[in-house]
Amino acid sequence: MTARTAAAVASFALALTVSACNDVYEVPIETPIQPKMDVSPFQRVLIAGFLAGGSEDVDANLETVRLLRSQLRSKSQLKVIDADVLPLLELANEQRTDKGETSANGASPATPPPAGGPTPALNTTTQAPPKAKDVQQARIKDEKDLEPLEGIFANVDFWKKIGEEYQNPLIVTGSVLFTAHARSGFVQREQEVIDQLGRRRVVPVRTYMERKGFILQPKFIFIDGRTGTTIYSEGYKEEVLYSPQQTTPALSSYFELMDRLVPSFLSTLSTQKIKGSRVLMK
Amino acid sequence: MHLRQLLAAALLVVSVSAPAFAKDARDSAKKHVEFGITVAQKGLWREAIYRWEQAAKIDPNYPAAFNNLAIAYEHEGQFEKARKAYERALELEPDNQLIRQNYELFKEINDRTNRRGSR
Repeated sequence: MTARTAAAVASFALALTVSACNDVYEVPIETPIQPKMDVSPFQRVLIAGFLAGGSEDVDANLETVRLLRSQLRSKSQLKVIDADVLPLLELANEQRTDKGETSANGASPATPPPAGGPTPALNTTTQAPPKAKDVQQARIKDEKDLEPLEGIFANVDFWKKIGEEYQNPLIVTGSVLFTAHARSGFVQREQEVIDQLGRRRVVPVRTYMERKGFILQPKFIFIDGRTGTTIYSEGYKEEVLYSPQQTTPALSSYFELMDRLVPSFLSTLSTQKIKGSRVLMK
Repeated sequence: MHLRQLLAAALLVVSVSAPAFAKDARDSAKKHVEFGITVAQKGLWREAIYRWEQAAKIDPNYPAAFNNLAIAYEHEGQFEKARKAYERALELEPDNQLIRQNYELFKEINDRTNRRGSR
């Protein structure tokens, strides 16, 4: 039994007990859950961009930035900076290349695109040659492909520079892997049957099925725009599987999976209230 | 001999009057508890906390005062104080299912918060 089920059962038992007593009063309460991190030093938040990979049907970088910005606009007190989305994959690859060059010819590491300048944003025209970009994105298929690029999150100078450009906001970045996946096995479903007396009954039926779906693995990294250092990070993994008859577009699945994660993401930055009830006694 | 008689008389007075004192304390504490319930139902939780703290001070063996205080602390997000108050309420009345259920619901939220903190 999960904690949530246990709480529901306890709540129900509580309601029954309360209805039987005179000297007790059930009251609604809202328990405040403090944000996972202290955002008091920040007035603004920049959802910078993500290292994205997996399915080619969804631009996980762009969609994640759009979704989180819109959620934060309505559910957080932080002012959301409306900036071009950073092509983080390209920048991470550049930084890797530059690192190699640094040891060879002392070239400086890749710097972030200027805030007001010609940012190679993904929602506008990108400056990178299409072929090169395709090659880079094709490489990101799983976590192993992401690992070598994750060094960008530890590049304090890079993030500090971005922080300076946007007046030291809280920077949200990270990685998003959205991959198609299939799994076969026995699935239990309910089937309606009519018995010999003509009565309808629902019986559980186990069927072997090959189901297809998606896995979403985002990792959110929160960076202090004043120092460029990571303050907090959190990873998630969500999965959805559909029966073979169902044809669900990848983008719908992406939003379905993100919907499950967004409350937890928001509770990192803002106080959430858990509604419940307790019993006061005389 | 005279001193012994005096001592015995004093003990008698104390033993007779102690339950009366306790009853007075409970009556006084109960008034605070009832008023606290009235204001809590109107959403005035801070006033309720003040009332129930008074009740717990007047009668430190009154389980309802600690149970209600725990709920109010929980509502205010003061989890450590809430936990202590629930534990005191259960110490005074271990078989009270209402207090236990309140405490279980509180613990579920508190545990979740602690898990976040340790991530």
